[in-house]
Amino acid sequence: MSAQTAQAAYSASDPDNYTGYRTFQIGGFGFRRDEYFAYVTWPDGSHLMPVDAFLRALVREVAWNFFYGTLNFDDVFGTTNLYGQVELYIGRFNDAYRDNDRDYSETIDSDDLRATFQAMLDDWTNAGYDPFTAPQETAQPFGRKSGRNPEALGRVRVTAKRMVGLPDDAPLRTDESGYPVNRMFADVEQDEPEVEIEPGFENEVQSFNLFAYLSRSDVTWNPSVCSVVKDSLFCPTSEEFILPVEHGNDRVEWFIQLSDEIVWEVKDKHSGDPRAVVTMRAGDVACMPADIRHQGFSPKRSMLLVWENASPAIPEMIAKGEAPIVPVRF
Amino acid sequence: MSDYTTELGSLDDYRKGGVHIINDDPRNYVFSNVFEVAGKSAPFERVCVAKNLEYAIEIMRVEGASPWFTAGHDEFALCLDGRIEVELMKHGGDAPEGDGAHALDAEPDGPRMGRIRAGRGHLTLLPAQAAYRFSAEAPSVVLFQTIDGPLTIERWAEICQTGEE
Repeated sequence: MSAQTAQAAYSASDPDNYTGYRTFQIGGFGFRRDEYFAYVTWPDGSHLMPVDAFLRALVREVAWNFFYGTLNFDDVFGTTNLYGQVELYIGRFNDAYRDNDRDYSETIDSDDLRATFQAMLDDWTNAGYDPFTAPQETAQPFGRKSGRNPEALGRVRVTAKRMVGLPDDAPLRTDESGYPVNRMFADVEQDEPEVEIEPGFENEVQSFNLFAYLSRSDVTWNPSVCSVVKDSLFCPTSEEFILPVEHGNDRVEWFIQLSDEIVWEVKDKHSGDPRAVVTMRAGDVACMPADIRHQGFSPKRSMLLVWENASPAIPEMIAKGEAPIVPVRF
Repeated sequence: MSDYTTELGSLDDYRKGGVHIINDDPRNYVFSNVFEVAGKSAPFERVCVAKNLEYAIEIMRVEGASPWFTAGHDEFALCLDGRIEVELMKHGGDAPEGDGAHALDAEPDGPRMGRIRAGRGHLTLLPAQAAYRFSAEAPSVVLFQTIDGPLTIERWAEICQTGEE
């Protein structure tokens, strides 16, 4: 195994004469794309993956700020969030690479890597292609460089301070604010609760239609914080097609399926060996343990409540090996 | 007319999924279904279906009028089936000791804060230091975002998948 710590910010080449795309470099890692594929290079090798899958994963890396734990772009390349730094790796969670000393990693400052990924996304995302949306809702990402799509990439992830809809908090979604009901949720009731508020309690009494709110989401696989109880975050999201990464948990994560169905393929976090298939339908609740990686498949657009514990004490518990692997024993 | 039908569960109509094990223990996934849990619970029990350190998600079957509850922190109530009414009063007494929801022995004596009539999919804030109670004419299901407390009921072996299904 080879592990490095990179201090340098990224560099970008001039646009390629044929494809029009720039090549990026940070530390010992290089990133290049052509008409169909993204290429990741490191001092000893090169790895390629379809550019559509790569861009869908990359845009969520940036939106989630590397999220919790490990994001496997595929079974070779990915990132692990060290909270302030990020480990960028090749084969780190692949038995064959690791057992034969073919794995490689570098630890990079989170802000530097995020800036690299943002610049890469901006350069590699063509006009009309939106990596946040379902494949049926967007143009193809393939071919030579053809314009940009800063509007799609500039979305800000919703992070309510207390609750969506409260005064001075994240707003509700409406037609007027640019959030029409998604084609697959046209049958979702748009009624709102009847709310009577006594004078003086405008910041305390609030209710809204969460299902209608989710039916108007314009992105997939992008959990947004809608209600907060201290460090307990309700992060509902709308899902369609495939979660673009295999998420390797570093802490317990919970799913509550609010509508329709998602099938989760669950693998061992370190080896990638299959462990379970979890089929979740409306009303189902399941935990994802802290020692697995999971990838979801949603045949129809569905509503999923992702529940996270964002306690700042957890990274230290993880570092000390004190974070629970499963939340309850029975 | 939509080409798609969104499947939402209810007490009377849900299709539970499950865990298909390849090389693991199904108990690691703590798999349950909120409608099944509510269907087997007594009204107003707060049955834990998810726990993450001190934080909890509880399920309540609402049928008739509930006792009054309060908590020293915000909670949230998501109606997953039926129609509920939530009355909110300012809790005039001392703040409850410890986290989680607490039952009140008497009617709250603070001023009225408001009232909410909510249906399926509606998310309601239960603000810190408020007293609240629920009522429903027909059996309804509420999911709480809260903290483990004295009313939290854990019956994992009864509600969760423990073998291959």
